Amino acid sequence: MAQIETTGLSHSYQPQPGYPQDFVLKKLDLNLLDGHAYALLGPSGCGKSTLLRIISGLLQPTQGRIHFDGKDVTHLDARQRHVAEVFQFPVVYETMSVFDNLAFPLRNRGLDREAIAERVADVARLLDLTEQLTLKSAALSAGARQLVSLGRGLVRTDVNAILFDEPLTVIDPQEKWHLRTRLKQLHRQFALTMVYVTHDQTEALTFADTVMVMHNGRILQSGSPSELFERPEHTFVGRFIGSPGMNFLRCQFDGNAAIIGDQSIPLQKSYSADIDDHSCELGFRPESCTFSRDGSGIAAQLINVDCTSRRKIAYLDAAGSSICVSLPADQDIPADSHRIRIDPQRALLYSADRLVEESR
Amino acid sequence: MSVAKRNYPKAWLLVLPVVLMVAFNAVIPLMTVVNYSVQDTFGNNQFFWVGLEWFEEVLRSGRFGDALGRQLLFTTLVLLIEIPLGLMIALGLPKSGWRASSYMMLLALPLLIPWNVVGTIWQIFGRVDIGLAGSAINAVGIDYNYTQDALDAWITVIAMDVWHWTSLVALLCYSGLKSVPEVYYQAAAIDGASRWAIFRYVQLPRLRQVLIIAFLLRFMDSFMIYTEPFVVTGGGPGNATTFLSIDLVKLALGQFDLGQAAAMSLIYFLIVLLVCWLFYTIMSVGDSQPDTRQ
Repeated sequence: MAQIETTGLSHSYQPQPGYPQDFVLKKLDLNLLDGHAYALLGPSGCGKSTLLRIISGLLQPTQGRIHFDGKDVTHLDARQRHVAEVFQFPVVYETMSVFDNLAFPLRNRGLDREAIAERVADVARLLDLTEQLTLKSAALSAGARQLVSLGRGLVRTDVNAILFDEPLTVIDPQEKWHLRTRLKQLHRQFALTMVYVTHDQTEALTFADTVMVMHNGRILQSGSPSELFERPEHTFVGRFIGSPGMNFLRCQFDGNAAIIGDQSIPLQKSYSADIDDHSCELGFRPESCTFSRDGSGIAAQLINVDCTSRRKIAYLDAAGSSICVSLPADQDIPADSHRIRIDPQRALLYSADRLVEESR
Repeated sequence: MSVAKRNYPKAWLLVLPVVLMVAFNAVIPLMTVVNYSVQDTFGNNQFFWVGLEWFEEVLRSGRFGDALGRQLLFTTLVLLIEIPLGLMIALGLPKSGWRASSYMMLLALPLLIPWNVVGTIWQIFGRVDIGLAGSAINAVGIDYNYTQDALDAWITVIAMDVWHWTSLVALLCYSGLKSVPEVYYQAAAIDGASRWAIFRYVQLPRLRQVLIIAFLLRFMDSFMIYTEPFVVTGGGPGNATTFLSIDLVKLALGQFDLGQAAAMSLIYFLIVLLVCWLFYTIMSVGDSQPDTRQ
């Protein structure tokens, strides 16, 4: 296992990239610590799979360098990088048995027969594949195939990291849960460096120690799941994480309160002086606002209500934006006029899409 | 089940046109051949029954055995050269881009040329006096003349067939290779697979179906070859390149030995059928297993 570091990593699929929009990765500086589990979270096309391919050596970056444990591996190909990867669609060698599949990477590296048999038996036990070892891999279910392709990474003793490229996409829900738990177990047991690419926030937040949210070839924020939820550093992160995502309302800022329409929300924090007033937004989670009963708060118009077993989610129009309010299922929504009260303790101020840091 | 058990006698009338068509263009001509194969005539359109005598004569005569032997040798050599060569060409072709399409065009060219034109091209190409290849080979000091030397005739005929048909194998294999998802190559690279291991475990399994088709097509075509060697060598020198079809035509139209020719046709037909069935059964044996994938 190794620490993976990238410096100024950029990639373009065009032969002669000129403009910034030609790049799918834009000057990424990453430092992935040995033995940690990372999730790369972002919408389709944000560059997360490209980054994974560059780490595994399947793709040469246009610019920048990549180091494993301080050693420059930028120009080493996938065969020399010692990285394992589990792909979106399970890759098994269909004409081989499960045993031969697991033994394949070791045979390619010229290990002797007994060592291979021993390793394969260990990994099969680990993944509960012992009984399937003699089966043809074409006969396996999608989940079992994905386990086999994970197993091909685990049998190797030389792997620096295991990369996952949306590995649960084609797995059905029950097996999905099972596989995810298995991955977490493996991570805890062996302290493997894992990088997990997904566009599913539940997968990312439950799997990883550190989640990196990617958008447009940049990493907007990286942090623990709770950091991302509580303090999104960018409005995109706020909207992307949480279900439903964070609400944002345009506001004016007068030094210690956010003014939305005729309402002033005292933020009870102090900020450094120069905030661009034209692009100010107040961000708050659907969970940190409620309907007010006393006539105060921001006037809003109720559009729709969704009920789940535990929460009630109201969709409203307020101050020209659509927002959500999430309530416990047993709480009622006022019948006539709707006004929203925001918890000032948990509201965050954004300027030009960036979080405004409080000064102490 | 109740639907299947109901009887609709009139429904059979719908099949009648097809039955008539097939009878007209396949069954009746074949029966004519069968008819000739069990009768003999002294002319005057009077026939009499001879049973299996023609079959016995064909099988007992060395002539059929010799032609069959030449045919088998020819087909074997052609398959041994064209299948691996076509496969190698397909593996070497670029995967996309303008170069891929131009190679594709070049490969398709020989396939578009009519058989007798191919024969004529090679007949002239190999000639010692005016042929480019023939005179060039002689100019470097090798004594080559396909009209006089049996080995030279064989080399010419086989080179011609390879030139004409390797493209078919290459194009079929190329299309099979295109069906291998890129991610398999990526996984193989990560697993540290050698070039050979990639071919053996990633590409070959997915080429299986197209290889069966290429093999069968090339077997049938080469086993029934007539026009090209007929134009180039006319079956000679002597009988050196007299393959089954050429021999059959000599027998039927040259000697007008209709009974023997009919018997030979039927034996020939049965051999093709039998070999195709055997190949197909052997080569698709792995596919008959029930697919338990979800």
